[in-house]
Amino acid sequence: MTTTGQPVAVELESPPPPGPAQPPPRRRFGSIRLRGTLTAAVFLAPALITFLLFKFIPMGRAIQMSFHEVRPYLGDVWVGFDNYTRLLSEAEFLTAVWQTVILAVGQTAGSLIVGIVLALLLEGSARHLWIIRTAVFLPTVVALAVVAEVWRVLYYPGEAGVINSLIGWFGLGPSEFLNSSDTSLWSVMAVGVWRGAPYDMMIILAGLAGVDRTLYEASAVDGASIRQRLWHVTLPALRPVFAILITLAAIRGLRVFTEIFLLTNGGPNGSTEVIMTLIYKLGLERSELGIAAAGSVILLLATIALTLAVQIARRGRPSRKAKR
Amino acid sequence: MSRTERFDTALGFTSSRHPVTRILRWGVYVVCIVVFAGPLLSLLINAFTPVSNPTSLTLIPDTVTFDNFTRAFDRGVLGYLLNSFFVVGFGLLAQILVSLSAAYALARKKFPGMRLVLLLILSTMMLPEEILAIPLSLVLADVPFIGVNLIGSLFGMIIPVAAWGFSILVMTEFMKEIPVELEEAARIDGAGEFRIFISVILPLCRPALGVIGIFGFVMIWDQYMLPLLVATDTAQYTLPLALRTLRSDPQVGLGVLLAAALLALLPSVIAFLAMQRQFMKGLTSGAVKG
Repeated sequence: MTTTGQPVAVELESPPPPGPAQPPPRRRFGSIRLRGTLTAAVFLAPALITFLLFKFIPMGRAIQMSFHEVRPYLGDVWVGFDNYTRLLSEAEFLTAVWQTVILAVGQTAGSLIVGIVLALLLEGSARHLWIIRTAVFLPTVVALAVVAEVWRVLYYPGEAGVINSLIGWFGLGPSEFLNSSDTSLWSVMAVGVWRGAPYDMMIILAGLAGVDRTLYEASAVDGASIRQRLWHVTLPALRPVFAILITLAAIRGLRVFTEIFLLTNGGPNGSTEVIMTLIYKLGLERSELGIAAAGSVILLLATIALTLAVQIARRGRPSRKAKR
Repeated sequence: MSRTERFDTALGFTSSRHPVTRILRWGVYVVCIVVFAGPLLSLLINAFTPVSNPTSLTLIPDTVTFDNFTRAFDRGVLGYLLNSFFVVGFGLLAQILVSLSAAYALARKKFPGMRLVLLLILSTMMLPEEILAIPLSLVLADVPFIGVNLIGSLFGMIIPVAAWGFSILVMTEFMKEIPVELEEAARIDGAGEFRIFISVILPLCRPALGVIGIFGFVMIWDQYMLPLLVATDTAQYTLPLALRTLRSDPQVGLGVLLAAALLALLPSVIAFLAMQRQFMKGLTSGAVKG
């Protein structure tokens, strides 16, 4: 709150100095440091005010709402942990948590594995490789809403659908894809891998560029096969990159919303319901704001816990510094 | 010569000139492109193909038509597109200004509490719109201290994206590299704080502006939850949001939907292709350093 008050006054004070004749006020250390702090505050104010209004206050409201029965215009009623216990005893929520975890793990692992394969296949400095990598990278740049619409068309159930006619060549299908509760979650996951793998590929390529070439030579002298070289030299060198990619993807996986909302909206029969789609429905369709807020807080805590766990795990590994 | 080339890559097969491995390698490339770019290419082709059947996509169109686009414009796609451009234009402008200003303080000034500020900015990256959706919709309806209702106004999609932790951090990293001597020289010449910021630091930030510009563009264009919370009427929808409405409109065929999807895809792809080197640089500096 102090950040909102300060800058307005400072802004009025700061402009005078531009004239070259005016020396800075001579009050030694204290005033110079104060001036520096004030200018820093002015320059930081727009960012901090925006974050305060649209990140931190909503976060505070989420925590506050999660302990209340929220009744617009009537005033909130304190209910303690009621919202949490109601949410956690709800089968619908537990299913959503389970499906979120499956989706997050599957997409993270799938993107990473496909990303490694792509990176190894498309590594190199030739111009044609650069062009191919750019083409492969496109899914990551395209808006998620477009990705979802394209895949809905590709996934069209029935023999005439694009993917169904493709897998038909191999004597498979036709599959219902998004329309059957047996295949819907996997179909959504495949879209996530399709969009996530090129991103992982690019980061892994950057990691591959940093692998010490003399190690390759040394292993070749020792008579290592390509497979041994990959396993003992390349993959260990990429470990820090994997740690980052897994963290980022897992955090993104927890809050997955848009693709589910557009591909299946949780259906059929709740088979693709994830935490975020459930929160959205609870809050904006069923007006259970307190329970929805409790869901948000749980998701928030999970995100923070995941981030901290990875940070601690990375700090604990001393070899990281040595590698740089 | 060939020995050193062999170790350019982990697999070491890029240097092989043997015809069989070459064919094999190009086979792999084609598969990669078909799998990842294919769906988008089919979108491109079929947006120009008369399609009525909701399943059939063609690879080689027999007739090329702009019908889908004219019909898409009849369904209000131009309005959605303008909304999108309005939001991205002002959102990106605000985001760049805010990032520059915050990065200037973080990279060029020393002040107590700097670590705390950095930590706060980092922590915002754990607070995305998705997770905060429900309280955020209440905050947007009655912005604290100001008491403005941003619901139902395109500014509700613009103001919250003005500050983005990622672009502030990328900009800060970049500004740290600018030599202090330049700043000191300007100060001796009598330049004030804003003068230094605008005439000394800002011009040197152009490469980083490219990076945060394109990342910000892609990020704001891809926004879904925020516009969904803010829009009260389909007339305020951005193009990505409108795709869902178009899909469920019984009078809109697949061709029209694909035409609209193509329009929603093109700006970010064009921006990416135009600045891909900067994009890749930002991608790796943002991720591998973190």
